[in-house]
Amino acid sequence: MSTVPANLFRRPQLTLMQILGYAVLALAAFVVVVAFIDGPRTFVQVVVIGFSNGALYALIALGYTMVYGIIELINFAHGDLFMLGSVLAAIFLEERLNQTSSSAKAWMLLAVVMIAVMALCAAFNVTIEKLAYRRLRNSPKLAPLITAVGVSFILQNIGIFMNGSAPHSRASVLPQSSWHVGAIDIRLKYIVVVLVTAPLLLLMTWIVQKTRIGKAMRATAQDRDASLLMGINVDKMISYTFALGGALAGAAGTMFVQVNGTTRYDAGFRLGLIAFTSAVLGGVGNLLGAVIGGVLIGLIQGLNDSGLGFFPGQKWTQTVLFGILIMMIIFRPGGIFGSHQQEKV
Amino acid sequence: MTSIDVTHPASRAAGRDPMLTVDDIHVYYGNIAAVKGISLTVFPGEIVTLIGGNGAGKSTTMRTISGLLKPKRGEVHFEGKRISGLKGHEVAERGIAQSPEGRRIFGRMTVTENLELGAFLRRDKGAIAADMDRVFELFPRLKERLVQKAGTLSGGEQQMLAMGRALMAEPRLLLLDEPSMGLAPVLVESVFETIKKVNEQGTTVLLVEQNALVALNIANHAYVLETGRIILEGPAKELAHNDEVRKAYLGED
Repeated sequence: MSTVPANLFRRPQLTLMQILGYAVLALAAFVVVVAFIDGPRTFVQVVVIGFSNGALYALIALGYTMVYGIIELINFAHGDLFMLGSVLAAIFLEERLNQTSSSAKAWMLLAVVMIAVMALCAAFNVTIEKLAYRRLRNSPKLAPLITAVGVSFILQNIGIFMNGSAPHSRASVLPQSSWHVGAIDIRLKYIVVVLVTAPLLLLMTWIVQKTRIGKAMRATAQDRDASLLMGINVDKMISYTFALGGALAGAAGTMFVQVNGTTRYDAGFRLGLIAFTSAVLGGVGNLLGAVIGGVLIGLIQGLNDSGLGFFPGQKWTQTVLFGILIMMIIFRPGGIFGSHQQEKV
Repeated sequence: MTSIDVTHPASRAAGRDPMLTVDDIHVYYGNIAAVKGISLTVFPGEIVTLIGGNGAGKSTTMRTISGLLKPKRGEVHFEGKRISGLKGHEVAERGIAQSPEGRRIFGRMTVTENLELGAFLRRDKGAIAADMDRVFELFPRLKERLVQKAGTLSGGEQQMLAMGRALMAEPRLLLLDEPSMGLAPVLVESVFETIKKVNEQGTTVLLVEQNALVALNIANHAYVLETGRIILEGPAKELAHNDEVRKAYLGED
């Protein structure tokens, strides 16, 4: 209702912002084209890696954005939940099931482990909400935020307990071979990540958009009292949201170990911030935005790491990514889609 | 304030058990008392209306009945069972639906989705579809807007949607908070026609209205609220002719 007058008001300013926006887009396109000319082979490989990482960021970003959508809390513990997922997956697959190389059996077990880790992370996230956030639901916003930071520390310490304080290298059961397309090598493991992630993202969209529970979750995100009047158990819907977010973090953790081959207790801090940047890029609370933001951040990271053309290279990747975060928060806090808000949960 | 001699409660009850009894509730927002001891009764099949000016405590009473607010004192009983203290969704499960003040439709969802959410507690798919058709019969305008986001509807259409959504719950008791708010006069009439029709089809209605004249016209029984208390009650027809009421709420000298 209020979007129409807001747009009318903003129109004169928007033109300047639009010009700036197009300028930034043109510059970005130029930089990307130069990078492509600089090294077409590397470029394609890097884009594949970018997509794969981006898909993982999207999984984590969804957890941030869904929780924000329903209780307006930036859940800073979410990255650490992802870390716990990665550690658990590695321990299950490598230490309990002794799978350290690629085989059909190992892939089956990987699938089983992933589902188990998703269930565990969902249960953790629901428990965290019940114990820590629920009682603060009507407190000032700062209280649950600080609590989330506290939960983050607790999870990191559980991570140290399970994984040790030093990074731990882990075996991967994904195929280590490459696909040769002409002169380009594409590592299969990146393709696998995309193939696993995409259905999860689709499933999530389906649950939120089409199912009875998904509709109730969206209703809860929009108007809690009105939802109660419809007979929707709001506490339950918030739990479901945390469960879905947790499951996605667990899936991301499982795949992350398989691709990157390490587990570390502080992985959630950096990855969490990157995923948070993705969520901000797509507009916090916007589901589709989180996915697009995740993929974009993955691509930017990949291209920057490659150092092609004008990209400053790996040393600068974090600067570039968090520079984007700061710019977005200053100039476009509503995300790249701005006020065109999609469904939030 | 004078109180008119109320028809003896027993005759209103006509041997029936009350459907809803609100017993001396006191409701606070923080330290501010919005309702200071309201008691009222709704019998099955009735249309009961609460009238009164701004800040009289009408909406607070409605929100308390629906379990969105907890009374500091007093109790609410529905069909013989205590419902004060239940959560909002549990009250809805008992068969009470509310079309709340300010409509509170789900603006980023479609008209269809809003109506589906109204039927959230029901599992009888066939009957839900039939009821949706019934809502479209009552409000043909909604049918033209099915896939539109509810937030883009006009105020009047949103009001229809809010009422349609409440009807979709197939409630035994329907709470309507200012259903005529923001509607064009022609529509006000049709909304009240609808309320009457719904009531005739067997739904008991508790109606909050600022538009006292129309409300008294269709109601069986009425309560007049002022600053969190009931100052008058009686059969709607009698209240409509009460000088006090006419002066205060119907704008007559």
